[in-house]
Amino acid sequence: MIAFDNVAYSYGGGELLSEISLRLAPGSFHFLTGPSGAGKSTFLKLCYGELLPSAGRITLFDREVRSLSRDDIALTRRRIGMVQQDCQFLDHLPLAANVALPLTVAGKVSVPQDLSDLLGWVGLGQLADALPPSLSGGERQRAALARAIIIGPDVVLADEPTGNLDWEMSLRLLTLLVELNRMGKTVLIATHDLNLIRQAKAQVAARVLRISKRRVQLAGADL
Amino acid sequence: MTLLSLLTPDRKADRQADRVVPPSGHTAWLTSFTAGAMAFLAVFALALSLAAGRLADRWSDALERTATVRLSAPEDQMDLQTKAVLAVLSTTPGIASSRAMTDAEQRDLLKPWFGPDLPVDALPLPRLIEVTESGAGYDGEGLRQRLAAEAPGAVLDDHTRWRRPLAVAAGRLRLLGLLSIALIGTATAAMITLAASAALAANTQVVRVLRQVGARDAYIARAFVRRFTLRAISGAAVGTVLGMIGVALLPSTDTAGSFLTGLGFQGLGWLYPLTLPPLVAVVAFAATRAAAFRKLRELT
Ligand SMILES: Nc1ncnc2c1ncn2[C@@H]1O[C@H](COP(=O)(O)OP(=O)(O)O)[C@@H](O)[C@H]1O
Ligand SMILES: [Mg+2]
Repeated sequence: MIAFDNVAYSYGGGELLSEISLRLAPGSFHFLTGPSGAGKSTFLKLCYGELLPSAGRITLFDREVRSLSRDDIALTRRRIGMVQQDCQFLDHLPLAANVALPLTVAGKVSVPQDLSDLLGWVGLGQLADALPPSLSGGERQRAALARAIIIGPDVVLADEPTGNLDWEMSLRLLTLLVELNRMGKTVLIATHDLNLIRQAKAQVAARVLRISKRRVQLAGADL
Repeated sequence: MTLLSLLTPDRKADRQADRVVPPSGHTAWLTSFTAGAMAFLAVFALALSLAAGRLADRWSDALERTATVRLSAPEDQMDLQTKAVLAVLSTTPGIASSRAMTDAEQRDLLKPWFGPDLPVDALPLPRLIEVTESGAGYDGEGLRQRLAAEAPGAVLDDHTRWRRPLAVAAGRLRLLGLLSIALIGTATAAMITLAASAALAANTQVVRVLRQVGARDAYIARAFVRRFTLRAISGAAVGTVLGMIGVALLPSTDTAGSFLTGLGFQGLGWLYPLTLPPLVAVVAFAATRAAAFRKLRELT
């Protein structure tokens, strides 16, 4: 589904990530952890075609990212739902229209009932008409998750999705992601919240990738 | 993306696409205003060049390459001097032919003024001699001097010659009018390009969000292009109508001087300015489309 083959990345200075080879199998559930500044967000952007590797090959849905045209990248992103760390929205459109945006740009119509079900599912049913600038950080993250999954992607990537949430809300969001995984989606969550990881391991067969010394490695069971 | 499909108003997908671009205050207003002002100016440039064209045609037609020598002489010298004039004319370079009019022809010429029963023989009428120029034309001043020497009663009347520089000037004026229209079109394209680029640059966050949710460049471009094209065509329509009203309100033939005669549209000529709004739409479409794709490639 997403495969890295001896990938390196640098923003121009020294290499931030090196010699990364790994494979996210369909239906798998992964955490990505590591200290702040280790390159977790960078790794997710590589998985998403937003950044291209400095060296090595990244394959998204069996196609090498470098061979993808601009349109191909757009189409690939419809199969990968991304919850960015700093979720951005179209500030002039109400929340519901923002959540439905992936359908809109794909030329599909959103079924109103499905949309309100989804908003209810992430606990934003009351805020369908609110404008994004009026939302709290946690509400924005849940809205971003709803937007990431509305088009039915195969993969869901989430960058620090619980960064702005209290513990109760974090658990709720985790539950949503676990549910998505049970529906067959491949899930990758970048987080430094070890409690969240422990909590997840109780619910799902989650594996943990850790970035240390520029490498990404499977962590042992010591978490 | 074609211009026609872009302007089809009631497609649901388009109305949704329109909404993804935030209403952008002054660039949008600037586009309408520019298109309107330019269309307004273009109407006048068009009126000017059409009128100048008519003038040039009229004056060139009037420049039949003929002149007249009018000979007044005592009756007994008339034939002698006529021969002398014809001799001078036949040896003047630049004159193709010359011919004395018959009494019958002269009577025909005078008929409108004096009626058919004019006794031409009884009146001391001057003899008219028709002169036809050849290609390069003749030296008017030199001919006048030779005639004065050979036939004192002969007067060279080449009144249509003064129109030649005017006909040339009118032709130039028409060219200038057309050039102005071309310049107006180019300036319109440039300004709309600037406005569209500015709008895209001001909306980088919108572009980033759209990209993130899987929008193609063509989709994003279309949203911007549609907005600017619609703005431009409505602005141009208003400018054109105001310009046409302005032309219609110009002083009429009777009250204005001879140059202003017909500075306006005549008959089917009124259809010409109506092509301006669609033309502006085409210009705006091409300009914003090019600007949008260029800008989108810059914003990776
Ligand atoms: N666009 C960028 N240009 C240059 N350096 C960057 C850029 N984005 C991130 N970095 C640097 O790369 C490193 C890793 O960043 P990031 O991937 O955001 O780490 P994490 O998400 O693990 O905190 C940081 O040192 C950061 O300063
Ligand atoms: Mg990060």
